[in-house]
Amino acid sequence: MAYGGLAVPIIVMSVFWGVVGGVLPWLVPKGPNRGVINTMLVTCAVCCYLFWLIAILAQLNPLFGPQLSNETIWYLRYHWP
Amino acid sequence: MGSLFRSEEVCLAQLFLQSASAYSCISELGERGLLEFRDLNPKVSPFQRRFVGEVRRCEEMEKTFTFLQQELRAAGRLPAPCPESPRAPAAREALRVQEQSEQLAQELREVSRSRSSLRDRLRDLRQHLHAPLGSPPRPRALSEREPILDPSLHHHLDRKINFVAGVIHPWRVTAFERLLWRACRGYLVASFVEMPEPMEDPATGESITWVIFLISYWGEQIGQKIRKISNCFHCQVYGYPESEASRTEAITRLHGQIQELSVTLEETEKYLAEVLDKVAQVLPTWRVQVQKMKAIYLVLNQCSFDVTKKCLIAEVWCPVRDLTQVQDALRQGSVSGSCFVQRVPTTESPPTLIRTNKFTAGFQSIVDAYGVASYQEVNPAPYAIITFPFIFAIMFGDVGHGLLMFLFALWMVLYEDSPRLRQGTNEIWLTFFEGRYLILLMGAFSIYTGFIYNECFSKATAIFPSAWSVATMANHSSWSSAYLATHPSLTLDPNVTGVFQGPYPFGIDPIWSLATNHLNFLNSFKMKMSVVLGIVHMGFGVMLGVFNHVHFQQRHRLVLEFLPEMIFLLALFGYLVFLIFYKWIKFSAADSRVAPSILIHFIDMFLFTSNAENLPLYPGQVPVQMVLVVLALASVPVLLLGTPLYQWCRQRAPRTVRPRPLAAGEQEPLLEGQEAGNSVNATTEDVESGGHSPDHDFAEIFMHQAIHTIEYCLGCVSNTASYLRLWALSLAHAQLSEVLWSMVMRNGFVGLSYVGGVVLVPVFAAFAVLTVAILLVMEGLSAFLHALRLHWVEFQNKFYVGAGYKLCPFAFAPDTWE
Repeated sequence: MAYGGLAVPIIVMSVFWGVVGGVLPWLVPKGPNRGVINTMLVTCAVCCYLFWLIAILAQLNPLFGPQLSNETIWYLRYHWP
Repeated sequence: MGSLFRSEEVCLAQLFLQSASAYSCISELGERGLLEFRDLNPKVSPFQRRFVGEVRRCEEMEKTFTFLQQELRAAGRLPAPCPESPRAPAAREALRVQEQSEQLAQELREVSRSRSSLRDRLRDLRQHLHAPLGSPPRPRALSEREPILDPSLHHHLDRKINFVAGVIHPWRVTAFERLLWRACRGYLVASFVEMPEPMEDPATGESITWVIFLISYWGEQIGQKIRKISNCFHCQVYGYPESEASRTEAITRLHGQIQELSVTLEETEKYLAEVLDKVAQVLPTWRVQVQKMKAIYLVLNQCSFDVTKKCLIAEVWCPVRDLTQVQDALRQGSVSGSCFVQRVPTTESPPTLIRTNKFTAGFQSIVDAYGVASYQEVNPAPYAIITFPFIFAIMFGDVGHGLLMFLFALWMVLYEDSPRLRQGTNEIWLTFFEGRYLILLMGAFSIYTGFIYNECFSKATAIFPSAWSVATMANHSSWSSAYLATHPSLTLDPNVTGVFQGPYPFGIDPIWSLATNHLNFLNSFKMKMSVVLGIVHMGFGVMLGVFNHVHFQQRHRLVLEFLPEMIFLLALFGYLVFLIFYKWIKFSAADSRVAPSILIHFIDMFLFTSNAENLPLYPGQVPVQMVLVVLALASVPVLLLGTPLYQWCRQRAPRTVRPRPLAAGEQEPLLEGQEAGNSVNATTEDVESGGHSPDHDFAEIFMHQAIHTIEYCLGCVSNTASYLRLWALSLAHAQLSEVLWSMVMRNGFVGLSYVGGVVLVPVFAAFAVLTVAILLVMEGLSAFLHALRLHWVEFQNKFYVGAGYKLCPFAFAPDTWE
């Protein structure tokens, strides 16, 4: 399957965590817990986005490929596109 | 933000209480649980305090209650917990409670005593009854075997046969018999028979089958000997009526007595039950009332008494927000509204108050376990709500395990109000229950990181198709079946077009879990990830220090401490993060042979050397690195000397304008310095400046700053390395779950027949038990501990002092009373 490269996942994830960390805090109803909930949303967005970003950037330009056993190659050759 | 961000403002206040209404005011305050009382009479022993008499009275009442409680428990009843919590009683009511409780105790004692005596008597009578009842068969047997012993035939003989009947403990029978034989050889005949039903032994209370004996003898002296021997053996001896008629008469008489006694005993038991009912009804309320009363008097003992104005003065720590509530309470408690509260300025450090709800309480407690926040310093808890489960999840990442953990915590959260869960007595269960929200978040984040690591019970899932195409590689290198048969393992080359199609959109590509060299890739990925996340975490910690500097009006520290710290961190380790990202983006498989090693570059940066084989990552790398190292080294002396020199200059210049430290409104009873609760790692870094002698202080300040500098700089290096435990533990977890799968669960799939299906069941059972025990419990605890350590040491030593003590208000909260 043709991959969308880096652009599509980056845009999707950035928008998603951007909404979680940047837009949802404005929508939290006023109350005594508003500050805590906002902190939680922003921290969660930053942590999860960073973690995903590291995972995808580490695989962007692999310096070496996977070493497979011949049985795996026999199977994957026809089973995976 | 709410008060979770930093401690609430707490002030020192004085309460002026009229003697008459002091008790009710304190009772009112205790119901609301707002203030912490300070002891104004620390040097007075407990026996010399003002209200010692009342305290003693309460303790006596408690003793009576304990006795009543024991009686209830002995009768097998459990007192019901008090439904609503009653208020502390006024003096008259307390007197009534005392009288009633003593009266009830007295009654209970008397009734119990009479009941036990009735019981004893009944038992005696029963034993007596069995003695002649049990023995009638014998004389007939005797008379058959030895006609000379038949009493009815012996009237004309000069020897008179006498009989002694009694009851003896079964274990003593043989000794008794032997002794009788030796002492009165030949002059007696003894027969023993067991009682038909067991009866209670008065001494030990257990039911034993007693043995009835009947001794027939002749001669007075023998009789005396027999009686002495029976006395020795502690057996009950009863007279044995000789004729049948007198025997039956004795039996009927005994029956009658037993009957009467049983009736009396029943009545006594009924009365006892009534008394116990009454006690069970009132005891819980009384207990709570007297406990409250005692607490109030203990608090009153801490107040100082002003003779001239006839009022009690109490010193309290009060949250500023609650001052109006305190005023309300005082107005309600006092008769004429004459009690009032007055705020008092102080230089002492107030206790820390951070209000939490049931969700944030767990996270606040893990922060407090290291050290309670100093007054008004930034609280790491609101950030730990997310970072702690996140760091845990990095070490624990597995979708399956995370899901199990999440469901377990969800069950606890949904049923948190059920009394069965709340009132468990097992400490380990209670620990898990208190941390249910923590475990919930840990499980949720573990599911997320499990998806990123692409591990579900150690198996990868191909949500998106894999980016590595084996077919293309096989076609390009013409891997025929024969070729594959002779080569057991082959590597995919990303340089070949079409083999690698792009990064996997969400997480790690599933092909890596099938590869034999997957650890090569994963180790590199996880190490770099740990370093990046560690440096981000630590940078965040340094930035939280800004809030402290601004709040405590120490803006000089922003320039003299925060700036050098950030420069040091970012110039060295921020640059490392940049190198990591740069290499990921810029270098691909085409230059994989000559790809530079970041580690070598980093080492060369510090040593100002260069390695010819290690190509630079970007042009101009060497001068850039030199500048960064010089910048970082230059920031160290600024950090070391900046703040002390600034404070020294400040103290030298306006020497005349030094303000008086204490305000005039303070009164005598204030203590000099209260021992603050110390944390494990408390530094004596004063967040408020004091006016002591300057020379002594400068040396101390300089010493503190030197320690801080060394700690910070060396800490940056060692803490960055410490974050590598994220890599180590996630590797261990992945390997453990893989081993468990391949060595346990896979064996269940080997047999393909129906038998194999049956074998799968115990194999799965073993897999499940080992998963829960090793991977969830053991690994979970391990990852929890390491995440905790990372927070407490690596994160918090960038900004947290933690030398405060908690505000413990005087409160009658239900969970402080059983």
